[in-house]
Amino acid sequence: MKRKLLEVLLLLGLLCAVLCGCGGGSTAKTPEEGPASGSSEPEAQPPAGQPNEITVGIAQDLDESLDPHLAVAAGTKEVMFNVFEGLVKPTPEGDLVPAVASSFTSDGTTYTFTLREGVKFHNGQAVEMEDVVASIERNADDSQGEALIPALAAIERMEVEGNQLAITLAQPDNEFLASLTLAILPRDYGQQDTAPVGTGPFRFVSRTAQDSIVLERFEDYWGEPAYLDKVTFKIIENADSILMSLQSGAVDLFAHLTSTQAAQLGEDFNIEEGTMNLVQAMYLNHAEKPFDDVRVRQALCYAIDRQQILDLAFDGYGSLIGSSMYPAFGKYFDEELTRYYTHDVEKAKALLADAGYPGGFSMAITVPSNYQPHIDTAQVIVEQLKQVGITAEIQLVEWGSWLSDVYAGRQYQATVVGVDASTMTARALLERFTSTAGNNFINYNNAEYDAFFQEAITAADDAAQTAAYKQAEANLTENAANVYIQDLADLVAVRKGLEGVRFYPIYVLDLSGVRYTA
Amino acid sequence: MKRGNGFLAAGLALTGLLAALVLLGFFWTPCDPSAMAAGPKFAPPSLAHWMGTDNFGRDIFSRVLQGAGATASIALATLAIGAVGGCLAGALTGYFGGPVDEVLMRLNDALTAFPSILLALVVISLLGPGKKSNVILALGLVFIPSFARVSRTAFTSLRDVNYIQSARLMGAPGGRILALHMLPNTLAVLLPALTIGFNNAVLAEASMSFLGIGVTPPDASLGYMLSEAQGMLFAAPWYAAGTGLAIVLMVFSVGLLGEGLRRRDKGVL
Amino acid sequence: MKDLLKRVLALLATMLAVSFLTFAAFSLISGDTATAMLGTSATPERLAALRAELGLDRPLAVRYGKWLLGFFTGDLGVSTSYQQPVRELLAPKVGLTLWLSLMSFVLITAVSIPLGVWSAGRRRFEGARTALNQLGMAVPPFFTGILLSWVFGVGLKWFMPGQFPDAGQDFAGAAVYLFFAAAALSIPRIAMTVRMLRSTVQEELGKDYVRTAISRGNGRRAVLRRHVLKNALPPVVTFLAQTMAEIVAGSIVVEQVFVIPGLGRMLVASIANRDYPVVQAIVVILALWVVLAGTAADLINQRIDPRLRLGGAA
Repeated sequence: MKRKLLEVLLLLGLLCAVLCGCGGGSTAKTPEEGPASGSSEPEAQPPAGQPNEITVGIAQDLDESLDPHLAVAAGTKEVMFNVFEGLVKPTPEGDLVPAVASSFTSDGTTYTFTLREGVKFHNGQAVEMEDVVASIERNADDSQGEALIPALAAIERMEVEGNQLAITLAQPDNEFLASLTLAILPRDYGQQDTAPVGTGPFRFVSRTAQDSIVLERFEDYWGEPAYLDKVTFKIIENADSILMSLQSGAVDLFAHLTSTQAAQLGEDFNIEEGTMNLVQAMYLNHAEKPFDDVRVRQALCYAIDRQQILDLAFDGYGSLIGSSMYPAFGKYFDEELTRYYTHDVEKAKALLADAGYPGGFSMAITVPSNYQPHIDTAQVIVEQLKQVGITAEIQLVEWGSWLSDVYAGRQYQATVVGVDASTMTARALLERFTSTAGNNFINYNNAEYDAFFQEAITAADDAAQTAAYKQAEANLTENAANVYIQDLADLVAVRKGLEGVRFYPIYVLDLSGVRYTA
Repeated sequence: MKRGNGFLAAGLALTGLLAALVLLGFFWTPCDPSAMAAGPKFAPPSLAHWMGTDNFGRDIFSRVLQGAGATASIALATLAIGAVGGCLAGALTGYFGGPVDEVLMRLNDALTAFPSILLALVVISLLGPGKKSNVILALGLVFIPSFARVSRTAFTSLRDVNYIQSARLMGAPGGRILALHMLPNTLAVLLPALTIGFNNAVLAEASMSFLGIGVTPPDASLGYMLSEAQGMLFAAPWYAAGTGLAIVLMVFSVGLLGEGLRRRDKGVL
Repeated sequence: MKDLLKRVLALLATMLAVSFLTFAAFSLISGDTATAMLGTSATPERLAALRAELGLDRPLAVRYGKWLLGFFTGDLGVSTSYQQPVRELLAPKVGLTLWLSLMSFVLITAVSIPLGVWSAGRRRFEGARTALNQLGMAVPPFFTGILLSWVFGVGLKWFMPGQFPDAGQDFAGAAVYLFFAAAALSIPRIAMTVRMLRSTVQEELGKDYVRTAISRGNGRRAVLRRHVLKNALPPVVTFLAQTMAEIVAGSIVVEQVFVIPGLGRMLVASIANRDYPVVQAIVVILALWVVLAGTAADLINQRIDPRLRLGGAA
């Protein structure tokens, strides 16, 4: 019933920005160990007699192309993160480390990569520079109107010299490296849609629609191999089956549980907590009355008690946010903004009266029906808005209709969803609110904001860029562009006896480090 | 005869009680059904909260009272459309036979195979989202084919029964024969179909609310609550039990009433 | 022979009607294949390019004609979501849903017919039995499904809810799993069939010809078998045929509750994905199912009761 569970939350979740200051000019070294490092424990083994494999429950089927360049659903990318790698790949800390490349250098305009030796595709072929170039070119191709990764349009030329690839940009771009987490694929392989081949620690074995996806450890992986021999992703869509499959022992690991579900699990599980990395808000359509009036929007912000939302609907889990940025984006996240609006019913009423709605008004909150946390949030909002005289009504719509009517068609008043970045850069979170953006589904139109954003993407250095992005975020908050609520907590149930789940600042489920405790 | 009256009495009493409760639910409930934190989260049934509380600390009994009203009215309206439409089609095809029968029954087959979800989506896009009439219309259409099939057979087998034939020979108009002589005799087949239909309508309404028609939260309907309760089975088994039993009780009492009525009319045991 | 031809034509007409209705419905509902495929990465340019690539920009009649042509040449197209040929995608699911439906059907028939006939001939505890029967009808399959998987799955561990075994590797396990799903689906239908059969049999038993037959010294049992059942069965057979069709619809719910990867779940998912090649294929399969069940019922009824011959003998 809850199909495409997380698509709403996370749009593309792909690349990780340089979060902690590894911007232009830095040179990353090859990590001594592969990404599966962290602790140098002895070989972990499952309990005697059991196969070294686990079953992971996922609430959403991988019902689209498995080609990593074409897949759009967050749920697909989450799983296939284990299968694909780019020249660089993200770490749990939010850095980018070399993967298919063994090292890289950059001066902000030219990025030079050295191809790692001995990297193999899952089909046994060695990765060659032609594969790398072909993969990048495919994503940069804009002959169909728009490139798959628009940031790659800035590439002026690519030069190959031996095992070196130099990419020169038309203008400096501090965030460019994040785009190169794009998957490197064999150039002459035609079945990526259904039988994908990459270079990651797991190789794809099979997909049975609405049933399961099977991955196996890739024995020729260049880095530290995965611990598990085999991982089966089992698709379990409805809430009670999720719990029953965990209780009955059918599933060993399940991510993105609600706090209610997590609380219902017994002694057999550890619950690990991370963040979902998304901006959950009540998004407002600025082209619709009365949301074109900043006072009305501010009144909504004052009327809503976000802490109460967390308490009532999420058992207190989740981190409050105040703008279109979530805490995992360390350096861009401005905590001050989360305190800009405090719950104040009187102030909200005064603002409403000022705007010409002393008695409140009626509104519809459109919510996609496939994700319970948003429905729950909306239910609390409806109750809270009653206190300032606003009669809100929830309109559940099917996800397919939400995409076409709300997101593409912009025919709505307010909608509660979670939005994340298409690439893990501040730009991807903030660009959609520029007045001309094709995906500006709230119809935000603010000249000052456009200027801040322009300043940020053309900034010469990292500090100036960060400052400009923060100004843009503050602009969203002050103008009450949306009613910002929270970044949801990501609760992962892990069967006791298993360990090694790592949280990333992006939406992935990395299984290469998961192992049985000895 | 006596037993039949027993069913009638029990059915009347139960249905009357439930109807009173449902009516009461329209005007008054122990707690505000959508008020959050009316009690602690997932409180088990107690004197203060007869059916316990849900994940928002809302009083489940109040929600069941309110939801039963929505469910009953939607299910009844749906059934009315389905049964009237279905009986009409069934009567026409069963009584007259021939090409009308052929065409209608083929259309009927096509409708049965047509996915109700798709039909519901079409209704929404034609009428606009968020209207309660959507769910009634969509579900009503969905229920026509099954009633048509059941009643068609009943009408067909009655067609050549002696007293119908004599009525026809006496020149009674077709409509009159259908309504006065045949319809009462098809009730034996129709009543259980109605009972099951009610049940199906309750559930269908629940699945429809996921598509954005029908009752949307924070309003309650029994079907929607049951599907919500499904995810909280371990934390609050009383939620599923309370709503599930409310549905069962509702269908059961109406079923008893139907049985009682049938027995009184027929004078059979 | 003419009858057979007529039936084949009717079958074709039904399938054409339902496939066209589905196709038309897809062009009415909000959200098309392109918006579903691109999700939130959609921009007006990308949508336009994808629509052109998929041929969605062409008129409805042209698209339907193309689909129909493909269908008659055995090409069901490629799933727009899974990017797999529809035939390959649905092959294992058809079998599964067929199995589940047949199991429910057999369960319903095997339990309800003897139970109904047995119950018609007895007076003792009649009231209690009727009440129990009404109760059976009142329990929604959804609710029964939850209860069954809780008691037999989580509690007794006879099967693992959420872990449907691969029928090729563990046939018995899959059969047990499907049995519980079939049971949840069948209970109200069993109650309803028993109820119907009992009242029709009782009505027949009260008729003059039965009294006459019995008074002539025929055994009550023999009369029941030879005459009463013959007259009481047609509505039940029709009802069972309709049950067959409704089992398929009911399997959507049950497949969700028990997490069975069958056609019903696929249909729901494919509608949400606006994956029209898959939806078209499933709808046609279901239509075939319904029509065949209906035809079978008609044929059986004609055997039992010649008045029901096609075209009527009015």
